[in-house]
Amino acid sequence: MPDLIEKKTAAKIPAQSGSSAPAPKPEKARSLGSDAWEELRRRPIFLISAALILVLIVMTLVPGLFTSVDPRAGDLRNHYLSPPNYSHLFQADWFGYDGQGRSIYSRVVHGARASIIVGICVTAAVTLTGGFIGMLAGYFGGWMDTILSRVTDVFFGIPLLLGCLVVLNSFTERTVWSVVFALTALGWTQMARVMRGSVITVKQADYVTAAKALGASTGRIMLKHILPNAIAPVIVVATIALGGYIATEATLSFLGIGLQDPTISWGIDINSAQKVIRTAPFALFFPAGMLSLTVLAFIMMGDAVRDALDPKLR
Amino acid sequence: MGRFVARRLLQMIPVFLGTTFLIFMMVRILPGDPVAAMWGDKAPDPAQLAAFTHKLGLDLPWYEQYFDYMGKLFTGNFGETMAGRQVIDVISEALPVTIRLALMAFAIEIVFGVGIGLLAGLRRGKFADKSTLVFTLILISIPVPVLGYLFQTFFADQLKWVTPTVQDSMNLGQLLLPAVVLGSLSLAYVARLSRTSIVENIRADYIRTATAKGLPRRKIIGTHLLRNSMIPVVTFLGTDLGALMGGAIVTEGIFNVKGVGNALFRAIGQKEGATVVGFVVVLVIVYLVASLIVDLLYAVLDPRIRYA
Repeated sequence: MPDLIEKKTAAKIPAQSGSSAPAPKPEKARSLGSDAWEELRRRPIFLISAALILVLIVMTLVPGLFTSVDPRAGDLRNHYLSPPNYSHLFQADWFGYDGQGRSIYSRVVHGARASIIVGICVTAAVTLTGGFIGMLAGYFGGWMDTILSRVTDVFFGIPLLLGCLVVLNSFTERTVWSVVFALTALGWTQMARVMRGSVITVKQADYVTAAKALGASTGRIMLKHILPNAIAPVIVVATIALGGYIATEATLSFLGIGLQDPTISWGIDINSAQKVIRTAPFALFFPAGMLSLTVLAFIMMGDAVRDALDPKLR
Repeated sequence: MGRFVARRLLQMIPVFLGTTFLIFMMVRILPGDPVAAMWGDKAPDPAQLAAFTHKLGLDLPWYEQYFDYMGKLFTGNFGETMAGRQVIDVISEALPVTIRLALMAFAIEIVFGVGIGLLAGLRRGKFADKSTLVFTLILISIPVPVLGYLFQTFFADQLKWVTPTVQDSMNLGQLLLPAVVLGSLSLAYVARLSRTSIVENIRADYIRTATAKGLPRRKIIGTHLLRNSMIPVVTFLGTDLGALMGGAIVTEGIFNVKGVGNALFRAIGQKEGATVVGFVVVLVIVYLVASLIVDLLYAVLDPRIRYA
């Protein structure tokens, strides 16, 4: 354990001094990022989740690779009464049909898009807004910190799901972007708190004082010296939160206040399948299973990234 | 101690005012006239519409509405719903149900979460630990609606242990299944947090000292290890109680529990501003009080922390 930590600190120094060391050789000192990558590459849990996420991203970009059936084309002759036919892999009747005779398999494939877009966009937006506010509060301190921290407290006091319900209720036509907006407007507080704490720790470091003494501008100190060293906890929280945002989107759509019908979402399909849970459980099982698998993949990825970036827990 | 509590109570005031103001404005900017909606599809009579709007105070500018509302709130008046019912009646009907549900979920998550976390942490790297990691991972990734229907199908439809939906919302036995569903996500987080914290502390010097002194294992774990490992868990639990009460929307919907979540969901859909804000006021108070208790608990758990 101690030699591991020593290796860590040794590896950290070149990254901080700003010299970019590509260093493919294991003997050479590696930056924190490449060290984490070396660690990640060897973890099976990371490889499994990365493979799952890759499939999901391909599904988002080109759903046509998985199915050629129109997810919105309903044939009422197939209404629920057609149970799944497992002998035809990658065919329309693989997962059965829903209440309007639409292929559940095709809907599950096309539903990935809404979930992945919401997950990635909300995480990016939340990290940017929360990170920016947390950076300002943590770096400047004083009255700036007091005001920003109180504003964060105010938003943090409203439960995420409840706040999203109120915000989304004000949109008459809800798209993926309104859901992204609502989740960002109420979800940035966690990132701001993590970033603020991290910046406060980092800004006391000697290299920050050195940069100040050399006359570096505030913007340069924040971006070049503090940000790279304070970002690790934010990345960890963001990766784990991504899965949570996908689950929240599905929950909102399930409640009928998230995405709306022409958009295909697992949450909407779970909602319409719950009425027939006793007669056609497969209609609930496939979107729900796919949703759980997606959330699982992102949370596993987050776990692996945390272990790699936080050597204390190894 | 007294000064610390007083200072924290004072700090709560701006947060309380800010949160209520935020939700008040969010409800107010909702498009669509809730008064006109009382006529359904028919066009409302302009004179009647104006009279109703005036009676509900919705024709005033927003700041007057807000100050009017807050002024009344401090005298205990939560206002009226569109239909003329006292909001306080709606709240006092729904709140006891959700408090029961949330406290049951809370108890489940503390007992099982900390218990599982302790078992896993003590047997780090063994089968119990690995299966806990897998179990909590699965629990976290199953979204609440899915888990709700899964439990409903399994325990009510297949095993017939309980009725699929709650018949009497005040019956603790019937609330058990919804409480398990409500608490499950946090249970997984509590278990993981406790595990990490215990793994960190079990190698600490004071544990070695306690073992060397010849203290019984039960005492080492109970007094020394658990007490010192609970700080991150207590922090999580403090923010979680408020989230449980607000997050009961899905669980209460699935199991037909007539609590805060159900009432809030309906009120948001019908743009019942006064009801929504009233409930949020109560939830924010619960959240603020819980976070104060958490801060005080730190000092109980770790005597090195003192509040002057």
